[in-house]
Amino acid sequence: MGYERQPDFGTPLSKSEEQVSLTIDGREVTVPAGTSVMRAARQCGGDIPSLCATDSVKAFGSCRMCLVEIEGRRGTPASCTTPAEPGMVVHTQTDRLAKLRRGVMELYISDHPLDCLTCSANNDCELQDTAAEVGLRDVRYGYEGANHLGTTPDLSNPYFLFAPDKCIVCSRCVRACDEVQGTLALTVDGRGFASLISAGTREDDFLSSECVSCGACVQACPTSALMEKSVKQLGKPERSVITTCAYCGVGCTFRAEMKGNQLVRMVPWKDGKANRGHSCVKGRFAWGYANHQDRITSPMVRDSIEHPWREVSWDEALAFAADRINSIKAQDGARALGGITSSRCTNEETFLVQKLVRGVFGANNVDTCARVCHSPTGYGLKTTFGTSAGTQDFDSVEQSDVILVIGANPTDGHPVFASRMKRRLREGAKLIVIDPRRIDLVRSPHIEAAYHLPLQPGTNVAVLTAMAHVIVTEGLADEEFVQERCDWDEYQDWARFVSDSSHSPETLERVTRVPAAELRAAARLFATGGNGAIYYGLGVTEHSQGSSTVMAIANLAMATGNIGRPGVGVNPLRGQNNVQGACDMGSFPHELSGYRHISDAEARSLFERDWGVALDTEPGLRINNMLDAAVDGTFKAIYIQGEDILQSDPNTQHVADGLRAMECVIVHDLFLNETANYAHVFLPGSTFLEKNGTFTNAERRIQPVRKVMDPANGYEDWQVTQLLANAIGAEWDYQHPSEILDEIARLTPSFAGVSWDMLEQRGSIQWPVNDQFPDGAPVMHVDGFASGKGKFVVTEYVPTDEKTGPRFPLLLTTGRILSHYNVGAQTRRTANTAWHPEDLLEMHPVDAENRGLKDGGWTRLASRTGETTLRVKVTDRVAPGVVYTTFHHPETQANVVTTDYSDWATNCPEYKVTAVQVTPSNGPTDWQEDYVEFAERSRRIAEQEPAE
Amino acid sequence: MSAAETEEKLTYMVNQIARNFAVRGEDAAVAATAEHIKLFWDPRMIAAITGGDQEDISSIARQAVERLRD
Repeated sequence: MGYERQPDFGTPLSKSEEQVSLTIDGREVTVPAGTSVMRAARQCGGDIPSLCATDSVKAFGSCRMCLVEIEGRRGTPASCTTPAEPGMVVHTQTDRLAKLRRGVMELYISDHPLDCLTCSANNDCELQDTAAEVGLRDVRYGYEGANHLGTTPDLSNPYFLFAPDKCIVCSRCVRACDEVQGTLALTVDGRGFASLISAGTREDDFLSSECVSCGACVQACPTSALMEKSVKQLGKPERSVITTCAYCGVGCTFRAEMKGNQLVRMVPWKDGKANRGHSCVKGRFAWGYANHQDRITSPMVRDSIEHPWREVSWDEALAFAADRINSIKAQDGARALGGITSSRCTNEETFLVQKLVRGVFGANNVDTCARVCHSPTGYGLKTTFGTSAGTQDFDSVEQSDVILVIGANPTDGHPVFASRMKRRLREGAKLIVIDPRRIDLVRSPHIEAAYHLPLQPGTNVAVLTAMAHVIVTEGLADEEFVQERCDWDEYQDWARFVSDSSHSPETLERVTRVPAAELRAAARLFATGGNGAIYYGLGVTEHSQGSSTVMAIANLAMATGNIGRPGVGVNPLRGQNNVQGACDMGSFPHELSGYRHISDAEARSLFERDWGVALDTEPGLRINNMLDAAVDGTFKAIYIQGEDILQSDPNTQHVADGLRAMECVIVHDLFLNETANYAHVFLPGSTFLEKNGTFTNAERRIQPVRKVMDPANGYEDWQVTQLLANAIGAEWDYQHPSEILDEIARLTPSFAGVSWDMLEQRGSIQWPVNDQFPDGAPVMHVDGFASGKGKFVVTEYVPTDEKTGPRFPLLLTTGRILSHYNVGAQTRRTANTAWHPEDLLEMHPVDAENRGLKDGGWTRLASRTGETTLRVKVTDRVAPGVVYTTFHHPETQANVVTTDYSDWATNCPEYKVTAVQVTPSNGPTDWQEDYVEFAERSRRIAEQEPAE
Repeated sequence: MSAAETEEKLTYMVNQIARNFAVRGEDAAVAATAEHIKLFWDPRMIAAITGGDQEDISSIARQAVERLRD
């Protein structure tokens, strides 16, 4: 589409079901009760000028531009703050109003630079438009009086600037920060003429303030006072394309606003159903990696990882890879081959990679990065509910009364959803946080958890069992729901188990370190506080009992009747943009798309007929087993699309040993990531801006990804996989991802009704989409569970085998930070490094004091597996005995110290519990120094020989 | 990895699975452990565990492995 500003109705949509009819400028209009006169006028195509109103925030009534006349009423009320009423007769354009509006506009313009022609908002400025609309022709006061011209702009934020001279102090930015983002970083400092938008104190600038750079203020600004630096540099966009963000599992929809083939800015799309017009610093601003100088756009090969890379043609690279794959298959069999799909790539690309492994390689050795994050969610929710997915849409949180967050840090990991959750909490919902760290949600402006249970890492199951004990023994379970919806016998077995005194909060307190009284109170609140919703993340899954914890969560939801309606449910917050989709698409070695086991002959035959090949009937290897088998000599080649297992997977040395043992490692990625140091073939990848396809977010929402520019490497990723398949001997002929989506729909019952055209028409839809659910399912298990009856599973607490002791007395847990994403391959190549240039080790002041460590000092972090060095941040955010770090920087390689321990059911690594010791350090470890030297050597690219 | 290291690792995995099913009672836990391995393990892993001599293996895990041999 060409460039148009997104529609703005001035005030938020009313959700009332009651309708009112009124007359505006002679036209009869019917709107939901509670709708403002301004919105009613704009919805019927009329317009009322305004400056302080925008539909993402509540009406403010300060700018006095939106005045109207209402028959039978005195004065000229502001239309933004006046609700529509039955029979009301409104006039929006009269001589009296025109005179008033011109007078107000005159005052605004008397203190505004008249540099429209050179202003970055020229032709995209609400102030400019409004001046034109009211017919302002001169300013009687002149421009010589006191004004704000010449004030110094704040350029501190890497992505946007604040120019006080352009500011009309409409407070839209302040209100957006308060109401949309919920950070409350901005304020209007001073009074009257001295009023100035301020990010905190007078000493703060935007970068040093509490501002999280979500961009809501920039989007709300009606002038160029808050403006993207990219627009200032490149000019106004000329077209826009709606697409889906490729960062976290929230799946925000954006307008990619373009100038030619150049991206000018990403603006959250107001009609996006996951984000509802909001964004975070990553999706909104951190897209510069797409054009980073480190991007590799030519295929490369080498015979050995000791050799430098050779840039070659696509044909040569594909032939090189195909020769090795075919020769290994001939010599060692298909089971020596495998692949890893990417949760960052589209459904269609992921589907093709698993098709390549199963149908062309001939084995089921396909796995995905969900192995190391949410594989326990798949196992746990399928076992209990019958479906490997969360139960709700994000809108559901608006109807929650008690929100339980366990093992998740939404303000950092899923910030746009966190803003929606915080809005509900400000409205009065109660919050329970179960987390070893005092995450921001525990206490932040206008938010305070009713209960924070700071458990000992590794004791999730014990805490949830103790909560269940309280609910059952105090008669708080919803047995009517259970009898109707769940297997009653299994419930009774479970209830007997949790009721045992050995599972009381008092008994388990010595294990969990959670005060029993607090835990009892939290359990009572969850069971009796109204709609109870559970949100969880990797702090649940990445444990040796990850799957047990997921099932314990499901038990708790069923026992309290919190399933099957808006406001409740079990909600896994997915780490990457397409974790849900990658799992749906058959990326696990034991199951085909739609979660059907490979041993299911009926399901398998569907694929065999469609693909024209016989499939291996046995499950394949998981990632960690592939690495073991490589060292054993039975696994020899791997194709890795969009995944950096060396940095992201546990026990880095184990990963390195496995990769080094393979004869052919094919890495398909944007950059020479850490895994590529061990690769023989590098196939350049394309960014989400350069491809078509679909992502599926954490709420099962299938959303289109649209190409906004040509791939810098020449091909979309699905095309590269097709080229590789065909080089090996397949005869694929997909012309567009829509054809792959058709194949997915043909073979996957939960996607049966999905098509490209349907998504173009609807924008998005939540699976299942089939004859039973032609419009998708925002909330699952409404009338019954997918498996019939909900299944209670007894989950006994089994302590991890990773133990602290004299040598390693502290527990390390790992996580993410707002400004970075996963291994940082993308965000480290953007200005987001301004907020987080390195991984830090958080440590309690007592532990730091005992070790003679000072804030900012270098430390050596050692475990039974390995050691690294990083700087320490002394903070009481972590409890004594617990330390915490992120894994965004390869220089640190936090996974050098994490262990091989993993979830008993899925082998999801136990990232969250590692026994460590921390000591003062003078510099990097030998491993770090050796690795830097190895990585530099491994990334050498041979110079091209000049043509004859 | 040597064959012994592989077997040690697989034995740890079977023990861990069995430990988590133990709450169901011995007979059910044996069946569940064997079924879990059949559903999720690659054939070479099953061959390695059933072909080994299984030192340091729990009672439930041992019975599950024996069931896999049948």
